[in-house]
Amino acid sequence: MSTSPRNAYPPAVPSGPRTGVRANVFQGKPASSVTTFPGRPISEVVVPKVALDAISLSYKATSGECLLALDRIDLEVKPGEFLCIVGPSGCGKSTLLHLIAGLQPQTSGKVLVDGTPVSGPGTDRILIFQELGLFPWLTVGGNVEFGLKMKNISKAEREEKVQYYLRLVHLLKFRDSYIHQLSGGMRQRVALARALATEPDVLLMDEPFGALDAQTRDLLHDELERIWAETGRTIIFVTHNVREAVRLGDRVVLMTFRPGRVKQEFLVNLPRPRHIEHTDVARTARDILDCLRDEINKSLEEEYADEKAR
Amino acid sequence: MKKLAKQVIFYSALLGIWALLAKLRIWPPYLFPPPWGVGRALWDGFADHSFWIGIAVTMKRMLIGYSLSIVLGMILGLAVSSNKFLEETLGGLLVSLQSLPSICWIPLAVLWFGLTEKAILFVVLMGSLLSVTISMEDGRKQMPKIYGMAGRNLGASGFRLFWSVLLPASLPFIVTGMKQGWAFAWRSLIQAEMIFLSLGLGQLLMMGRDLSDMSQVMAVMILIVILGYMVDGLIFRTMERRLQDKYGLTPA
Repeated sequence: MSTSPRNAYPPAVPSGPRTGVRANVFQGKPASSVTTFPGRPISEVVVPKVALDAISLSYKATSGECLLALDRIDLEVKPGEFLCIVGPSGCGKSTLLHLIAGLQPQTSGKVLVDGTPVSGPGTDRILIFQELGLFPWLTVGGNVEFGLKMKNISKAEREEKVQYYLRLVHLLKFRDSYIHQLSGGMRQRVALARALATEPDVLLMDEPFGALDAQTRDLLHDELERIWAETGRTIIFVTHNVREAVRLGDRVVLMTFRPGRVKQEFLVNLPRPRHIEHTDVARTARDILDCLRDEINKSLEEEYADEKAR
Repeated sequence: MKKLAKQVIFYSALLGIWALLAKLRIWPPYLFPPPWGVGRALWDGFADHSFWIGIAVTMKRMLIGYSLSIVLGMILGLAVSSNKFLEETLGGLLVSLQSLPSICWIPLAVLWFGLTEKAILFVVLMGSLLSVTISMEDGRKQMPKIYGMAGRNLGASGFRLFWSVLLPASLPFIVTGMKQGWAFAWRSLIQAEMIFLSLGLGQLLMMGRDLSDMSQVMAVMILIVILGYMVDGLIFRTMERRLQDKYGLTPA
């Protein structure tokens, strides 16, 4: 672990070394087939950072019937892995993140972190919401400091960490600005810094770049990839954009439309840093998209059927 | 500046018409005083300190009664919004009680407290307590759920979640409630003072009536409008607008 001269505060890397080949063994019940792009060597077995064990979620619809949103989802995420989840809208991928974050209880099944079941929220798993949920009454620095205050970290140490993480997302100059004074891309970076500052093992990201223009998004992809490499966090990233998933992820999990199941997994073994316009990224995305299209059609059919019924 | 010019023209015209009507003597001056008569009454009132005393007495009552209603209203509002049982029972009662004009509390206040300062404060309290309570309750409900979730996600819970997330998140709604509460309290206080005859602006107004001094009546009315506007329109509205900007509640 080396200390960058720019950054005064050296963070602890929570997982194994970033370099080299990560493990690619799918243990337990394989919920789906695995496709590799192109083939990658299989090395040692690692205890999963996050494991979902037969997670199901059902809820009562307004009509009174019980709807199944998530159906026995098994998923294992290795330490330091960048996992992307894609699926049609309404497949429950955001809900899945809320379950992992412990903000919502599942109907059945278990969420395991480092092999231990968790219930309720914990700062080892930080979720970056789709709407961000930054606090408008706090400055940029105040937002980043919030989680540290809740952890009862001393003032001096808080100061150090706030500086370090604001510098990491290039926002140190905007420390005393309020959220409403920032652009969309800057707000994303504040949310990222706020999440990273608590030093979670797992970063959960819920379509964080969906509302941004293409240029800003490309820039944030680069930054996220760099930060992921620098900090060694495990990231679970939900998106409906397959290109984005392939650009960022080590592995892409495709979910089915209602009830949400894991349909297929794709290993993305492309060299980093990647670019969203790269032909390999585009080709891989196309293969996944072909698979996804069936699910999108299913979701559309259901919507149209609803209309006809009315 | 353009807006200011329009306002200057409008008010000059209003004064002009008023002066003209007074000059024409359609109504006798003791019923329809000219602007300069009202101006003179204002001058005299401040010169003999009776207006200063009236303003001081009224504002002191306002501050006490209003502060009390803010504290109690927040506690009540929080209780109602965080408890399902209270919300369904007490919540409904509070909304229905709000339809009662605050002046209706005067007979009750007089019988309970006599013709005392306490009775006036009670009327002011009842005038604004309900609206503060209801907007506090609304604020807790309208507050975006995301803040609570984000707070819990970052490790806040219990009292700290309330103090450092839920309370600041509902601040814009609380300020709206405080503003509304002020308006209600102001009306209730003037009404109560008109009946109690215990100094204050309301009493000065009634004194003008008893002396058939229309100039004083109008002078005090103008005072009440100006004071009410200064607090409501300048202090509260500025506060509200600043908060809404900051919280992104208004389109930029």
